[in-house]
Amino acid sequence: MDIGVLLVYGILGLTVIVSAVGLIVSRNALYSALFLVVNFVAVGLLYLALGAPFIAFAQVTVYAGSIMVLFIFVIMLLGAENLMLDEPLRGQRALGILLVVIFLAEIVLYYLLRTTPLQAIPAIPQTFASPAEIGMLLFNRYLLPFEVTAFILLAATVGAILLSKHEGPTRPKPGIQKPETPVEG
Amino acid sequence: MPMSYYLILSAAMFAIGVLGVILRRNPLVVFMSLELMFNAANLVFVAFSAYHQILDGDLFVFFVMTTAAAEVAVGLALMVAIFRAKRTIDLDEMSMLKG
Repeated sequence: MDIGVLLVYGILGLTVIVSAVGLIVSRNALYSALFLVVNFVAVGLLYLALGAPFIAFAQVTVYAGSIMVLFIFVIMLLGAENLMLDEPLRGQRALGILLVVIFLAEIVLYYLLRTTPLQAIPAIPQTFASPAEIGMLLFNRYLLPFEVTAFILLAATVGAILLSKHEGPTRPKPGIQKPETPVEG
Repeated sequence: MPMSYYLILSAAMFAIGVLGVILRRNPLVVFMSLELMFNAANLVFVAFSAYHQILDGDLFVFFVMTTAAAEVAVGLALMVAIFRAKRTIDLDEMSMLKG
């Protein structure tokens, strides 16, 4: 394989891993968010290399764009940049790392014990995952899931508004107060 | 590029996400680690979609993305509501249901 191609893929993979590690070790939640943006963009480039331009641009606009704006907005709203990092449960960190190592070993073992080895990805034709193709599939075979997704987004919007609505005693809702009863005497 | 490149990358991303969920106590960072795990799964979907030259994997990633967006919106709204009620969002403080 060409050395330049290897170099590009190596740098891209390294960016993905380093930004993911930076996400979980950085002390400030804002830095974590920025590391996550880097990770999303790098994975988006990998999607582009895999011949999925629509997914790649959806990744950049939806994930790296709107979702991260939401994250950073809430981090700043709550002032949650610096929560404590120490471990209240003794040995939790060591146990967690041990469990993750076991988990990784399981994945690697599964990969090694496959009966049919995986080949390299074949050359991807130019029109493979073009937005037109995706649109055709989305509005034909996947029409029902697509509509269900619309309902999920609607429910999430209503739920988010309902959950974050302020219901304090300072602002009583109109219409719920009891009508004043005339005092008999 | 060989398929194993994408599989190893995705496994590493998923493991790092699991580590973040287990170890961090800031719920926002836990949320971001969840997004990382979503991303790892999406990467495998797209890689196998290209491997088999079948478009359904890409479509599934599209649905995962919209569901993740909905999940983040509701989750962050929940966090704001919890912050209003308890004045903190430390994960250790959210133990009211413990008997």
